[in-house]
Amino acid sequence: MTLYDLVFGPFAEFGFMRRALVGCMALALGGGPVGTLLVLRRMSLMGDALSHAVLPGAALGFIFGGLSLPAMSTGGAAAGLAVALLSGLVTRLTPLREDASFAAFYLISLALGVLLVSTHGSNLDLLHLLFGSILSVNDTALILIGVVATITLLTLAAIWRPLVVECFDPGFLRAVDGRGGLVHTIFLALVVLNLVAGFQALGTLMAVGLMMLPAAAARFWVRELCTLSAASSALGFASGFLGLLLSYHLDLPSGPSIVLVAGIAYVISVLVGPRASLRTLRLRRRWSPS
Amino acid sequence: MNGSPDRAVVLDNVTLAYDGNPAVRNLSGAFIRGSLTAIVGPNGSGKSTLMKGMAGLLRPAAGLIRSAGQVGGTIAYLPQHAEIERGFPISVLQTVLLGHWRRIGWTGGATRKLRERAQQALAAVGLEGFERRPVETLSAGQFQRVLFARLIAQDAGLILLDEPLAAVDWRTSEDLLRLIASWQQEGRTVAAVLHDLDQVRAYFPETLLLACEPVAWGPTRDVLMPRNLRRARRVAETWSGNAGHHWTDPESWATPALQRDHRVIENKSGPLWQDGVGSDRSVR
Repeated sequence: MTLYDLVFGPFAEFGFMRRALVGCMALALGGGPVGTLLVLRRMSLMGDALSHAVLPGAALGFIFGGLSLPAMSTGGAAAGLAVALLSGLVTRLTPLREDASFAAFYLISLALGVLLVSTHGSNLDLLHLLFGSILSVNDTALILIGVVATITLLTLAAIWRPLVVECFDPGFLRAVDGRGGLVHTIFLALVVLNLVAGFQALGTLMAVGLMMLPAAAARFWVRELCTLSAASSALGFASGFLGLLLSYHLDLPSGPSIVLVAGIAYVISVLVGPRASLRTLRLRRRWSPS
Repeated sequence: MNGSPDRAVVLDNVTLAYDGNPAVRNLSGAFIRGSLTAIVGPNGSGKSTLMKGMAGLLRPAAGLIRSAGQVGGTIAYLPQHAEIERGFPISVLQTVLLGHWRRIGWTGGATRKLRERAQQALAAVGLEGFERRPVETLSAGQFQRVLFARLIAQDAGLILLDEPLAAVDWRTSEDLLRLIASWQQEGRTVAAVLHDLDQVRAYFPETLLLACEPVAWGPTRDVLMPRNLRRARRVAETWSGNAGHHWTDPESWATPALQRDHRVIENKSGPLWQDGVGSDRSVR
């Protein structure tokens, strides 16, 4: 078996592998900048919370529409947006902090989701919802992922500056521009959209992995905001590529394989990345005069 | 009382409150256009709240705040302990360019002219050549200078500063004080919350002494009389419910000589007010 067969053969041979790869690429395109901003806004866990929040909506869509992507995606997006808006409302109106109100709502919706699936579906359905199956990504799913990536990039282009300023200096944005809350809400909606796009392929639990892990890893390689976004997109895509190959050759489930590859990239970055990784910190200590 | 042309901000029996608890009560008066006013008072006396109210970030519970017809029609506000993410990947020049927000908004590009203005602002705060430096590599004093450069870029008619010198070294605070004074000469109206009464005496012609309610407002020399300072302390204690021993002796922070002694020990501003902070916290 040649190297070509190992690396490109599966994609050349099978349509489902090609679709999966294109899906990963589109997911990484939108997920890179969104994940980067989540990391910079210290909202990494909120991405996780939102990914769980998508579950009951997707389950409702499944109950009423069966294994139909439009029904499940609409339901998932609706549930995710509802949790984002409701917890935003609670944060604004009560002394509860954003992370706590998010946690509260996502726990409720996770329980609701599991309850719905377990009373109306089989265990296999639940597994499918939670962990997805990228190898069954069909044309409809590809179009959905592509549309979401497009919307994400266009919207980010429009709200990039206030979004960035809101993480850097929220007080300044409040003083010069009253629309910080609107920007925040739009951004949360983008997070939900990207999670919904990812859940068919990776499942609700894994979707956030392809968003957060590359973004967290990129922090150890580059500094500038735009390069950070590009680097996390590239890392996300590379993880998708390698993860798919692993899952093909070793006969592993694709979603966890992809996320694990991203996880390995993250661990390597923490250890040996050129910026503030453990390696550079040790070097600095050794060189500093003591 | 209306927004006559010589008044930058008019306060008409203003009460500002948080969750129904008034922090500033029944404040009336005006900041004259082109005036340079220090706002002083014991901790918890509503100075920051007043700043927020004037910046338009807090609606008065009663009364009216009118800031009419500024030069350029804008307000620049530098909050206390700005909730700034200092590790954020943004350069010094980009930070200063944000001062042009009114002109560039969400999507406008920074023209060459705006860039030049930002660079001039950096030069004015003594940070020439720092344009490309990431803000995370700056010291606290340098970072405060960057924020002042951004204030310059904002080119506002009314500038509100909430403890702008709280965390900076002596040299920086002298430089920034001179800058603040130069803003007045450019015809801008400046109001700043300060702790160090020596700095107030040296640089600020006008002073508003606040202790939840206004104690005195006028020429600095008249306002910072021991009699007024003692009264401010008494009023503040009444409002905050602090027992007297939590404050340093009023004479000490009313006496310039003793203040200077403190500053020899600690180059930071207003150790006497700071004492107040400490005891405030220990009470709660």
